[in-house]
Amino acid sequence: MKTFAKLFSLISVKRQHGCAMGGKRLEFLLYFGDVFTPVNFGLLLIGTIGGLILGATPGLSPTMAVALLIPFTFKLEAAQGLILLGAAYTSTVAGGAVSAILLKIPGAPANIATTLDGHTMAQKGEGAKALQLSFVSSAIGGVFGVMLLIFLTPVLAKWALAFGPSHLFWLAILGVTIIGSLDSSSVIKGLLSGCIGLWLATIGFDDIMGAQRFIFHPAVSGGINVIPALIGLFAIPQVITMFAKGRNDTTAEVITVKKQPVMDSIREVIKRRRALGIGTAIGSVIGLIPGVGGQIAGLVAYDQSKKFSPEREKFGTGHSEGVIAAEAANNAMVGPSLVPLLTLSIPGSPTAAVLLGGLLIHGIFPGSDLFDNHPDVAWTFINSMLIGQILMCIFGLYVAGLAASVARVPHSVMAAIVLGLALFGSYSVQNSMGDVYVMASLGIGMYFLERFGFSAAPLVLGLILGPIAEANFVQGSMIANATSGLGPYFLTGTLNLTLIAVVLASIAYSVWMELRQARYTTKDDAVHKEEAL
Amino acid sequence: MKNLLAGAAIALMGLTGTAYADGHANYPERPVMLMVSYGAGGATDFQARIVTMTAGNEDALGMPIAIINKPGAGGRVGWNWMATQAESDGYTLGAYNVPHFIAQSIKGGVEYSADSFEPIANWGADPAVFVVAADSEMNSMTDVVDFAKANPGKLTFSGAGLFVGHHIAALQLEKAAGVKMAYIPSNKGGAGAMKSVIAGEVMGGVNNLSDAFRAAAAGNVKILGVFDLERNDFLPDVPTLKEQGFDIDNASVNFRGVMVPKGTPQGIIEKLVATVPAMFENGRVAGKMKAGGSPMHIMTRDEVLEMWAAREETLKELLAGL
Repeated sequence: MKTFAKLFSLISVKRQHGCAMGGKRLEFLLYFGDVFTPVNFGLLLIGTIGGLILGATPGLSPTMAVALLIPFTFKLEAAQGLILLGAAYTSTVAGGAVSAILLKIPGAPANIATTLDGHTMAQKGEGAKALQLSFVSSAIGGVFGVMLLIFLTPVLAKWALAFGPSHLFWLAILGVTIIGSLDSSSVIKGLLSGCIGLWLATIGFDDIMGAQRFIFHPAVSGGINVIPALIGLFAIPQVITMFAKGRNDTTAEVITVKKQPVMDSIREVIKRRRALGIGTAIGSVIGLIPGVGGQIAGLVAYDQSKKFSPEREKFGTGHSEGVIAAEAANNAMVGPSLVPLLTLSIPGSPTAAVLLGGLLIHGIFPGSDLFDNHPDVAWTFINSMLIGQILMCIFGLYVAGLAASVARVPHSVMAAIVLGLALFGSYSVQNSMGDVYVMASLGIGMYFLERFGFSAAPLVLGLILGPIAEANFVQGSMIANATSGLGPYFLTGTLNLTLIAVVLASIAYSVWMELRQARYTTKDDAVHKEEAL
Repeated sequence: MKNLLAGAAIALMGLTGTAYADGHANYPERPVMLMVSYGAGGATDFQARIVTMTAGNEDALGMPIAIINKPGAGGRVGWNWMATQAESDGYTLGAYNVPHFIAQSIKGGVEYSADSFEPIANWGADPAVFVVAADSEMNSMTDVVDFAKANPGKLTFSGAGLFVGHHIAALQLEKAAGVKMAYIPSNKGGAGAMKSVIAGEVMGGVNNLSDAFRAAAAGNVKILGVFDLERNDFLPDVPTLKEQGFDIDNASVNFRGVMVPKGTPQGIIEKLVATVPAMFENGRVAGKMKAGGSPMHIMTRDEVLEMWAAREETLKELLAGL
C-alpha cells in the first residue's frame, strides 16, 4: 500500500509541472495515487463493503443506498464524499445479485435477469459458482464501462443526447418484443404476463397529464412502485411454496453445495466470452441512454445472448451464460450512465440525480467546470469506481463462500426469513404500508399465475416498459403535432429507422423460432403416435 | 400478566397525559419526518436535505429531521398523502411547492387545497427562467415572441409538467404576449425538460433558475429572461420579462418551505414557527445553498399565509380558461 502511494506520488509531482502524460485522455493516471491515501482508500473500502451489504438487502436499490449515504458526505471533502458514493453505486448494483441468486429476490430491476439462471443454479447446488461467475463478470463489465467513461466521454455525450422521445419510444417497443421470449416455456404465456405488467403500469396518476387511472385504493394513487412489485412477484410465491412444503415433509431436502475453486469460475467466464461480450456491449450502450438504461440493460443482454447462443435451450435451466450476460451488462452500465451527468450536468438516472446532489453540496457543478476546475475531484471519483469494481469482485468472491450456509437453512426457516425481508424491503422504499399491501397482493396473485405456468420476469418487464413507452409517445406526439406531424416524427431519421428495423428483426426471429419449434414438436408427436400404433 | 398489562397501560396514559398537559414543552421527543413529494436528487429534495441538516442542534429542534420521499404525478401523490393520511402530531412535516400544489388544487382531482395545511416557514424562492440551446438563433424574449407570432402554435418549449411553476410561467407568457405556443410537459421534472432543450428536441424551455444557472455556466444554454419582479443575484445580467415589455409578475416563482397537516396542535405549530426560520438562517445552511446555486428566501408563517392567499387568487384567474 505504502509503495503504491509513493509510486503514485511521483506521478503527482509531474502533474504540477503540467507534464501531461499522453494528452488529456490519460489524465486519469495522474490522479491514481489519490485513491490510495489512507483516508480515501478507507472510504473506498467502507463504500464497497457497505454497498455490497445494502445491495444484497431486498428493497434497497442502488439509488436508495446512495441517497442514504449523502448525509455522511456533508462532513467530507468533495473528492472523499464522491469516492464513498461511487464505490457504493458500483457495489450495490453487483450486490443485488446475491439476493437474486440465493433468494430469487432481485435487489433492483437491474438484477431481474440474474434470477432466471442464477437461482436455478443455486437450487442445483451451484450457488457458489453462480455468485462467483456473477462477481467476476460484473467486474469485467464494470471496468470496461468505466474505461468507456474515461476515454470516450465527449463522443458518448453526443450519442446520449441523440435519443429523443421518438427513439425512446421505439426502444421501449424493442423491449416489449422480447417479453414473449423471456418466458422459456411459452411465448403466449410470456406475452400475456407482459400485458398484465403493462396494465399494472397504467395504475395511478398518469405522469404527464395527471389523469387518474384505476385508483380504487389510496395505496396505489402513486402507481405501482417497481421495487415492492419486484419483491412481491418474486419472493411471495416462493414463500408460499416453501411453507406448503415445510408442512408436508419434515425431512427438508438437503442441497449439497458443490465446492467451486475461484480459478475455475474465472476460466468459465473467459470460456463464455460470447455471453460476456454481448452483456458488456449491450450494458454499455443501453446504460448510456438517459432514463431507460439501468432497468432493462440486464434483461436485453440476457435475451440477446440467448438468441445468439447455440445452447439456447439451456437458458433458464441454470446455464452459466445467463448469469454472465446479465451481470456483465448491469455493471457495464454504471460508467456510461454517468456520462450525461458528468459532461452535461443532466442526471440520466435516479442514481445519477442523487450523485448530482452530492456534487452540488460541495459547490461543484458537473460539466466543463468539473473537469477544468476540479480535475482532482472528477478523476479521483472515476478512478475510485475503477478500483471499486476490483475490490467489489474480491469481497464478492469471499461472500460467495457463504452460499453454502444459506443453502443449508431448512425451508420453514428460510420462508420466514424471506418473508421478513420482503416486508421490510417493500416498507422501506418510501415508509409506506401501502407498498406492503401492493407487494403482498401482487405476490399472492403471482403464486396462482405461476401454478398455471406464467412467470414473473415478463410481467415486471411490462411494468417497467409501459411508462417509458407511454410517456415518450405522448411527449413525442405533442412535439410532432406542433412541428412535422406524427408520421415524419416517428418514422423518419436514421436512428428511428434503425430502431424500427431492429424491432422488426426481433419479432421475425421470435416468429421463426416459434414456427420451427412447432414443426419439431408436431414431428415428434407424429413419431410418438406411430410408435403408439 | 393482566395486572402487568393494566399497569403498563396506566403508565402509558400517564406519559401521554403529561405531554398534553404541559403544552408540548418537550416536543420534539423523537426524530421528526419531513415528507418531500418529489424524488431523491430533485431540487426540492436536495434543498430540503440542506436546510434541515442542522435540525439536531440544541438551538434548533434538538432532534434530527429525516427526509421521506413520496414522489409521483407532479407532487400530487405526496400532498394527497399529507392531507389525508399523515398524522397531525407534529412529527410529520411536509415540504410545499407553491404555485404547484395550489394550481393542482384549483384544477381539481386531488384531495387537498391551501386549507389542508398549516405553513411553518419558507426557505427558498426559485424563479422560472426561459432558456434556449446555446446555438439557438433566438437571443431575447422578443425573438421568441416574434417567432411564435409568425408561426402560431409551432414554437415547442419544455417545462417540468402540467400545473407546476413552469406551466404557470408558460401560460403567463402566452397571455402577456398574445401568442399561442406548444408547451411540452416533461415526465422527468426540470432535469428532463432541460435535457430536451440541450438536445434540440424542443426550441426552448421554461426551467428553474438554479438548474439553468448551472447549464448556462457549462455553456449548454442561453438564459433569455427571468419570470420574477426583479433581476436575480445569481444572474445580474439577465433582464426580467417585465423589463422586456411583458406584463408578467412573480406568480410562477417556485416557493419552497415547510408545513404541517391541518389539526396539528397549536402548541407544536408555535414551537416550530419559533425555531424553524432560525434554523434556515444558520450560516452553514446558507453557505451550502449558495454553493449549490439555490436562491434562499426566508419567510415567516404570517408572510407565507399571505403569499398563499395571493397566489390562490392570481392562479384562479389564470387557470379559469383551462
